[in-house]
Amino acid sequence: MLKTFRNTFFPAAWLGWQIESNWTDPFLFIIFSILKPIASVMILVFMYNAVSRNAADSPIYSYIYLGNAFYIYVGAVMAGGSYSILDDRERYRSLKYIYIAPINIPIYLLGRAVARFITGTIAVFITLSAGVLFFKVPLNILNINWLMLISAMILGVACLTFMGIVLGMWTLTLRTEPWFIGEAVAAALYLFSGAIFPITILPTILQPIGFIMPMTYWLELIRRSLLGSGAAAFPTLAGFSDIQLFGILGIITLAFGLIASFAYRFFDKVARDNGMIDAQSNF
Amino acid sequence: MTMTTLTHTDTGWRLFLRTIVARAYPRIIGQQREKSWIFFETFLPFIATCGYVFVYRAMNAPEDYIGFVIVGGAMTAFWMNVMWSMSAQMYWEKENGNLALYIMAPNNMMAILLGMAIGGMFATTLRAIVIIVLGSWFFQVHFAIASFVQLFAVFMLTLTALYGLGMVFASLFLLFGRDAWQVVSLFQEPVYFLSGFYFPVKSFGFAVALIASVLPLTLGMDAMRQLSFASGPTLGFISVEIEIVGLMILSVMFIALAKYALSVIERKAIEEGTLTDRRR
Repeated sequence: MLKTFRNTFFPAAWLGWQIESNWTDPFLFIIFSILKPIASVMILVFMYNAVSRNAADSPIYSYIYLGNAFYIYVGAVMAGGSYSILDDRERYRSLKYIYIAPINIPIYLLGRAVARFITGTIAVFITLSAGVLFFKVPLNILNINWLMLISAMILGVACLTFMGIVLGMWTLTLRTEPWFIGEAVAAALYLFSGAIFPITILPTILQPIGFIMPMTYWLELIRRSLLGSGAAAFPTLAGFSDIQLFGILGIITLAFGLIASFAYRFFDKVARDNGMIDAQSNF
Repeated sequence: MTMTTLTHTDTGWRLFLRTIVARAYPRIIGQQREKSWIFFETFLPFIATCGYVFVYRAMNAPEDYIGFVIVGGAMTAFWMNVMWSMSAQMYWEKENGNLALYIMAPNNMMAILLGMAIGGMFATTLRAIVIIVLGSWFFQVHFAIASFVQLFAVFMLTLTALYGLGMVFASLFLLFGRDAWQVVSLFQEPVYFLSGFYFPVKSFGFAVALIASVLPLTLGMDAMRQLSFASGPTLGFISVEIEIVGLMILSVMFIALAKYALSVIERKAIEEGTLTDRRR
């Protein structure tokens, strides 16, 4: 186990970090890391300021800001699984070499996810800091329920990683437009998971989709840990206790762990049988 | 047995026009054949648009803001097309090994870029129309068109300036290596924000909105919203007439700049011989 981690996980994490960060000099990398998340959240801040007569302490403001900030992890970790496979297969054309190397592929994907988790964490930290410093997000570091936050993060990121492995391995079997898959799933989750608006705003027929998304419960737990009672202003999940939310998220995470294990074996066989390990989608 | 050699003797403007048509053809016909492209290029902007509509609904915003988002969402299809299929296109061609063929061929590179722009404009307009129609239908958007002529003029000028900017980027992206990907990615959210895709740029205040107006979509969308919605004029940044003049200036400026950038890049290619090197 330790040998696998030493030979696969750490080199994969280091490789991922190099791919994510060394395409430019550190100064430009920092600018890039700041501009994207800040611009993304400023769209919502300006939308809010354009129409709302309420102050920044309105519950919907924190709801939107925090949901958007933490949703960065979904793009980074989950959709990142798909991009990692495509980067290796199509941009660097190295996946075939990785496949024949004496390494564990799922552990390699986990290692690559770590790098994206780190860059995602930098973006989330910058977004939250900007929120407190410039956009009046009512976050107080002394009032944060750290145990709840860390527990929710561990479960949520584990779930995202499993989803990333499913998505990545599915991507491996696609020849037509595989680049869209990660983006499409992340976009769909953005809409249905209540990241930037309560899912009760969705048409009634679409609301059940939101309730089966793990992100819905994860983001609710994050908001509760950061805002305390302020997070309870929206009735969507108000009927659930913290323990119940953890229970649901835990079950969904476990389910995605099993699905990831099955999906890895299934899609790996399909990809090998169809000669997709070194395929080019001619992007 | 006689051998027939297929050649053409077009030169000058005839070759220029043939090149435009030849490069526009795969954009118009090819993209319609690729069903998954049609789906994703319409579906992804539409999903994002729906998200922002629901945000406004959660804020109890006036209904015209929903329309603003739909227009912004439709225009994201153009920005995505300009960035991924115009600006980064030469970079993809380099990655695929086609760029050397483009440079060796007797046609003008400017004509190739114009062909890409015209083809991309047409193909993306179809996707934008789908987003507008679906968005308006789903969310019951009420348009109040003040002037169809002005609206059409603004739309065409916006696209001309926008694809002119895309042609400038296409030249510049030839200088990028692995960083091209990140640069395209960097030009998404910040441009969505600065151009006011989902809110009126008037919210920036005059000075910031003026600076943001260097991006054609800023003036274009502001003018389109003023001409399309009842509350548009009260939320507009400057008058539509001034915005039309601004878009004309941007159109000429970007196309001239694209021609200059292309000549600089071509000279650099000849001097250094590294332009088609995909290992950088």
